[in-house]
Amino acid sequence: MGIALFDIIVFPGFIFLGILSLVAEFTDRKLNARLQNRVGPPWYQPLADFIKLSTKETIVPESASSRMFRALPLFALASASTAFLYIPIWSTTSLFPFSCDLIVVLYLLTVPTLTFFLAGWFSSSLYSEIGSIRTMTQLFAYEVPLYMALLGPAILADNWSISGIASYYYIHPLMALFNIPGLLVSLVAAQGKLERAPFDIPDAETEIVGGTFTEYNGRFLAFFRMSIDVELVVVATLIAAVFFPLFTPANAIVGFLIYLVKILFVIFLLAVLRTALARLRIEQMVSFCWRILAPLALLQVLIDLIVKGVLAH
Amino acid sequence: MGKFVIPVGPQHPALEEPESFSLMLEGERVAAANVTLGYNHRGIEKACESRTYIQDIYLLERICGICSHAHSTCYVQTVEDVAGLEVPKRALYIRSLIGELERVHSHLLWLGIAGHEIGFESLFMYSWKDREVVMDILELLTGNRVNYGMNTVGGVRRDITPEQAQDVLKALVILEEKTKYYIQLANEEVTLIDRLQGVGRLSKEDVLKYGATGPVMRAAGVSRDIRKDDPYAAYGELDFEVITDTHADVLGRTVVRVKELMESYKMIRQILKQMPDGPITVRAPKKIPAGEAVSRYEAPRGEDIHYLRSDGTDKPDRVKVRAPTLANLAAISNMLEGGYLADVPIVIAAIDPCFSCTDRAIKVVNASGGESMFDWEGLRRYSIDWYRKQGIDMKGTKLSRGED
Repeated sequence: MGIALFDIIVFPGFIFLGILSLVAEFTDRKLNARLQNRVGPPWYQPLADFIKLSTKETIVPESASSRMFRALPLFALASASTAFLYIPIWSTTSLFPFSCDLIVVLYLLTVPTLTFFLAGWFSSSLYSEIGSIRTMTQLFAYEVPLYMALLGPAILADNWSISGIASYYYIHPLMALFNIPGLLVSLVAAQGKLERAPFDIPDAETEIVGGTFTEYNGRFLAFFRMSIDVELVVVATLIAAVFFPLFTPANAIVGFLIYLVKILFVIFLLAVLRTALARLRIEQMVSFCWRILAPLALLQVLIDLIVKGVLAH
Repeated sequence: MGKFVIPVGPQHPALEEPESFSLMLEGERVAAANVTLGYNHRGIEKACESRTYIQDIYLLERICGICSHAHSTCYVQTVEDVAGLEVPKRALYIRSLIGELERVHSHLLWLGIAGHEIGFESLFMYSWKDREVVMDILELLTGNRVNYGMNTVGGVRRDITPEQAQDVLKALVILEEKTKYYIQLANEEVTLIDRLQGVGRLSKEDVLKYGATGPVMRAAGVSRDIRKDDPYAAYGELDFEVITDTHADVLGRTVVRVKELMESYKMIRQILKQMPDGPITVRAPKKIPAGEAVSRYEAPRGEDIHYLRSDGTDKPDRVKVRAPTLANLAAISNMLEGGYLADVPIVIAAIDPCFSCTDRAIKVVNASGGESMFDWEGLRRYSIDWYRKQGIDMKGTKLSRGED
């Protein structure tokens, strides 16, 4: 019980995840800045932002539902952090693996998006309501390709637990090559999940000011930003665990370094995507997800089914 | 969701200056757009009447922070016209040179703003970095990054040395290379084209109907340019093309602006090569004889018009400025309606608006509804009453201007 509590709260749980998410945000911002010919922030900037926001006065709009307004950021942070516990980090098994935890993790990752929607809706401001609607519209567009892209590897591994998938590809590393379309789809869909360019439509600054978070400030905004950072780490870890089968269960330290390299590489890819592209319109985003991403994800499922059929014979 | 009205402005991240657009939305579609001017009136025209002709150059230069040389040149042309001054050739060439460098910095600035409006921050960062090259050149030639203070009645205030000309040519090489990259970007980058094509359409007929000007007009295939049609400064002796495009949308306006950069580089090379020697200014009288004149100037944003009426004193009787944004603003509702909310920022930005150059009146809007307009007399009466209420003696002040 004591060890489990330590796992959850300190390492690799909440505190570790918090530090890692700040590192991830810094990496992302610094890469973005360097790719744009800028100097970029110093290493402590994400932490400084968090502390500064936390100490600011929090203002809840009069017409907003106060209880929901205060509770939603915590929901977002809690569910994103919980998802992390079911993803393998350096060994092929996660902290608390159980069968079909892939589905649970994906649903836990949907909860923050739902809280963004509710946050915008309950702040009762025009800009945040438009942002909310866009969040939901976007959710329906990227969710299906993202799920299918991650289900393909699961079908091939014949296991719906992330730890099971990781162990399968650890034993058969070459099988991971069949999952490259899925990797591409999940990288692009992750930009939608994380609401980053080209899919930063729900909080498009020049159109709808702060989008869903227009009315948020102080520590509630800090929690929301933290949960987005945590989401970034969780998504990067998930992609790394499913698509990059490099684990060293025997040596935790080497395994941990490999893990860091893997997620930083995923964050690098995400940063390049966000630097190189302009923001799409919501209707362009939806049609791109259904016309290009979804068929590509289906192709991934098809490839995995065929490979599995061939192997069975 | 039914129809609802969303305000964009007076304070909004998409706008660099306060102006109010109220949009009637149907979901993500804009059903109707309403533009309200009058948040930025600075009374410059009126202030000109109480300053001398020379002081007015510097006041009018500050109408716009981007096309400052456009306004000061346009103004001194009216004064020179009324005074009948023959400006030396070299001065005219220097005016054109600064005018073209200003166009380069204005268009690069616009490209960055356009990138920002469509969420393409990298384009913003890149083009503003390249813009620094031309800003440095302007500083080298004039001493200032903006508000160059080059013009004076009868010529220009600073000469260009051969060394400076060499530096300009060196900078042109860098700028040309970067601009070619932007032309390629406008023709090839998929998300950029997706966001710009077919957005904010304004057909050739509508351009002529609303009287739009500058790149907005040329992007619809109307080949009009004051530099070509009514040459001023040294443009009559320069060889250049008027860039037009047939897209008639935001993409067309982008292409026109980026290609105009290349024409500007061509012109700058010609200017530096052909610039004659000689004086850079003639002596101008302090008191300008009575008369009136109109002058036109192709500013980066379109046609800039200045009108001057003099009464024989050392101060103008009336100065009237028609900034290009006013001409383009009339068409903006037409461009916005039927489009997406996501395109509103870029459509507004695509006319390269300069709202504070445009405003000529203050509109007082009461928070509880209702609005009222002040004319000059009304504003004066209001201020006198206000000061009287504060206990300030206004006995010596008469109400209307005719009485003082």
